[in-house]
Amino acid sequence: MEEKTFEPKITAFVCNWCTYTGADLAGTSRLKYKPNIKMIRVPCTGRIDPVFIIKAFEKGADGVLISGCHPGDCHYNTGNFHARRRWVLFTELLNYMGIDSSRLFFSWVSASEGKKFVDVVSNVIETVKAKGPFQQYQKINKEFVLDE
Amino acid sequence: MKIGVFICYCGENIGRTVDCAAVAEAAGRFPGVVCSIDYKYMCSDPGQNLIKNAIKEHKLDAVVVGSCSPHMHEKTFRKACADAGVNPYLFDMANLREHCSWVHEDIVEGTKKAIDLVRISVERVKKNAPLSPILVPVTKKALVIGGGISGIQASLDIANAGFDVVLVEKEPSIGGHMSQLSETFPTLDCSQCILTPRMVEVYQHPKIKLLTYSEVENVEGFIGNFKVTIRKKARSIDESKCTGCGLCMQKCPIKKKAFNEFEEGLAYRSAVYVPFPQAVPNIPVIDRSICTYYQTGKCQMCVKVCGREAIKFDQEDTIITEDIGAIVVATGYKLYTIDKKPESSEIKGYGEYGYGKYKDVVDGLQFERIASASGPTSGEILRPSDSKVPKKIVFVQCVGSRDESKGFSYCSKICCMYTAKHAMLYKHKVHDGEAYVFYMDIRSGGKGYDEFVRRAIEEDGVKYIRGRVSRIYEENGKYIVKGEDTLAGMPVTIDADMVVLATAMIAQPEAVKLAQTIGMSYDKYGFYNEVHPKLRPVEVSTAGVFLAGACQAPKDIPESVAMASAAASKSLVLFGADYLEREPTVAKVNETICAGCFYCQKVCPYNAIERKEIKDRQGNIVKIIAYVNSGLCQGCGTCNAVCPSKSVELIGFNDEQIYAQINALG
Repeated sequence: MEEKTFEPKITAFVCNWCTYTGADLAGTSRLKYKPNIKMIRVPCTGRIDPVFIIKAFEKGADGVLISGCHPGDCHYNTGNFHARRRWVLFTELLNYMGIDSSRLFFSWVSASEGKKFVDVVSNVIETVKAKGPFQQYQKINKEFVLDE
Repeated sequence: MKIGVFICYCGENIGRTVDCAAVAEAAGRFPGVVCSIDYKYMCSDPGQNLIKNAIKEHKLDAVVVGSCSPHMHEKTFRKACADAGVNPYLFDMANLREHCSWVHEDIVEGTKKAIDLVRISVERVKKNAPLSPILVPVTKKALVIGGGISGIQASLDIANAGFDVVLVEKEPSIGGHMSQLSETFPTLDCSQCILTPRMVEVYQHPKIKLLTYSEVENVEGFIGNFKVTIRKKARSIDESKCTGCGLCMQKCPIKKKAFNEFEEGLAYRSAVYVPFPQAVPNIPVIDRSICTYYQTGKCQMCVKVCGREAIKFDQEDTIITEDIGAIVVATGYKLYTIDKKPESSEIKGYGEYGYGKYKDVVDGLQFERIASASGPTSGEILRPSDSKVPKKIVFVQCVGSRDESKGFSYCSKICCMYTAKHAMLYKHKVHDGEAYVFYMDIRSGGKGYDEFVRRAIEEDGVKYIRGRVSRIYEENGKYIVKGEDTLAGMPVTIDADMVVLATAMIAQPEAVKLAQTIGMSYDKYGFYNEVHPKLRPVEVSTAGVFLAGACQAPKDIPESVAMASAAASKSLVLFGADYLEREPTVAKVNETICAGCFYCQKVCPYNAIERKEIKDRQGNIVKIIAYVNSGLCQGCGTCNAVCPSKSVELIGFNDEQIYAQINALG
C-alpha cells in the first residue's frame, strides 16, 4: 500500500452517556473531522472486553480508540475506573504479544466536549496515519487462513 | 430474518453530504434486507407510516433506520415498530447525521461511511432479541435539593398536587439569593414581600418535610426508587424547644468575629445567629468555629438566657435516609465575588478595579443589601467606608461575563437588568445624584424588560456609556474610573463616590460534587447539562432527576420559577403511574455455565449480583452461582466484560451483538 494514499481505519468504542453524546455535540456544532473513524456504542467503557479490541484489529482496524466519561463522572459510578485499570494491564499484554500498543488510544470526553472529541479523533487519525497500516493480523490470516 | 432499512434525508441535513438514495440502494443488497427505502423526513408522520406499512407489506422481523442520533429519535422509531407489530428491540439506528453528514464534508466519503454505518446496524439487528420493558414500582415522594425560589416553587407545586416532598437546604434558612434582593425587575416589587409568604407556606405545608442546615450525602438507586442519605448538621439548638425569641442572639458576646453572610459581609453577626430576621425556620444556629464555648469551654451566656433549655452544645449531626421517587435539583448559583483581597480572588484578573482594596467598590449583591429596607443601612444608599451618601455612582457591567481572557465566555443574562434596576433605585433615593453605567451591549430580552431599561435612561436620567473600564483608583477621596466611550470614540474619566461591579453568575462551588453523587453531567463551568437544550430542558441524563433554576445556567427569577414548575410537573408525570417501564437492558446469568467465581459481584457498582444456591433433588447444594437482581441492575455491563466464562451477558449489548458490529466493520 502506498504511504501517500493510506487512510487508516479507526474503530472506536465509546460510552453512551459521555463520548457518544459528545460526538453528537460535535455534529450539532457542525465541527469537522475525517471520516476514517467508525463508532460502536456501548453503555459504558466498563462493558468493553479487551477481546473486542483484538477483534477490531483482526478485522482490519489500524487503530482503536476507547473513550468514556471523565473519572468520577461515570453514569454507572465506577465503570470507567474498571476500564482504566483494564487498559493499563491490557497495553502491557499487547506489547508482550508484539502488537504495538500505541495503536490503542484511551481518552475521556464528556457530553459537553464536542470540540475535544474532534481533537482526540483527529489526533488518533494523524498518529495512526503516520504509523502506517497495521498488518500483523493480515499476515497471520494469510498464513493460517483463519478468516472465513 | 427479514429486515427493512429506512434512510432519512433529514431535509438537507443528511442529504447534503450523504447520497441517501445510494445508501438505500446499497443497503438493499445486504443479506437479510428485503426492503430499503429513502424518505425526506423519516421521523414525520408520513415517514413513520412508511415504516409501518413496509413492516406489514414485507412482513418484516426487524427494522434499521439510518437518520439522526439514537438519543434524538430512538424512542420515536421504536414506538413506530411496536405499533406495527415488530418488537421495539428488534430495531437499530445508524447515526447518519451527528456522526456522519454533519461532521464530514465530502459527499463520496460521507456516503461510503454511511453505507458502513448502516451495514453495522443491519448486522447488529440480526443478533437482537425481542425484549419487553421491566416494570418497577414508583415511590411517590420527591426530593428537592436547594431552598431558593426554584426549590420553593417546585416543592409547593409537588406538595399541592398531593405528594410528599423532602426539601433539603444547606443554609440555616430557606429563601436563597432572592431573599437578599431589595426590589425585583421589571416591576420593582419588594423581593421579601413576594417571597416570604411562600417560605412560610413551605414551612407549614403538611406534605413538605423541610430539612434546613442539611446536605445530601449519597444517592443510590434509580428512577422511582432512589435511596437518599441526608446529613442534618448539628445546629446546637433543639429545634423542638426553640421558640425563636432571639434572646440568645442578643446576649451572645461574640459580635464582631464573623461577617454576616446574608449581608454579604457588610455587617457582622453573633456566634449564635439566624441568617436574617425573616428566616424560615426561625431557629438559630451556633457557629462552632467562633463560639467561645467551643473554643474555651466557658461563656454559656445563651444557655443562661434561654428559658426553654433549647441550647444543646453536644448535639451531633444526624443521618437521615429517605426513599425517593424523583429528585429536583435546584441548587442555584453563586455570584462571582472577587473576595476581600484581590490576590485571594476566585478568578484573577480584575485587580485593576480595586475590589477588596477599596471598601466602596462593591458587587451586585452587596448593592442589593445597601438598597434593601432590611439591609445594614435600612435602605438608605450609603457608601460602606464612611456612611456618606454617594453623589456620583458608577456601575460596571460584564465583570467576568463575556470575557474569555479573564472570566467566562458566557453571558450572565441578569446583569443588564439588575444594573438598570440598581441605577433606578439609586436615582429614586438620591435625587441629585448622578448614575453612570458602563456596558458592552444591553441585553434586555423579556416581557417589559427593554421598556424598563429605557425608563432608567429616559425617565430617571441614568447615563449609559458603551465601553469597558480599564482602571479604578483612589484620588483625593474619589474613585477615579477610567474607561472608554466607544460610541464617541474617546476616553472617559469619572470621579465617582462609589462603584458597583455587576459580577458574573457562576455555578455553586459544590456543584460538581453533587453532580457526581447523583450522576448528572455538567459543562466546563459547573452548570448542569439538560438532556436536550430545546425539547427536554429540565431533564438530565439520569432518569428521574430534574433541573430547576440557575444551577443549569444563569437565569432570572421568572425563568427559574417557570423551570421549577416544569421540573415539578415532570415529577408529577412520574408519580401519575404506579409502575414505570424500564429499559430491559440488564445483565443476566447463564446458570448452566456460571462457575461461581463472583468476579462480577466485585465490579458491580449497584450490588445487583446476588448468590444463588443450586440444589439437587435431595436438597443438597450443588453449586453457588451468581444471580442478577434486575431491579437493581442499571445495565453498565462491567460484569459482562470481566466474566471469565462469559456466562453473564448484558441483554441488548451482549457479546454476539458487539462482535456482529465489529465483524461488519471489515
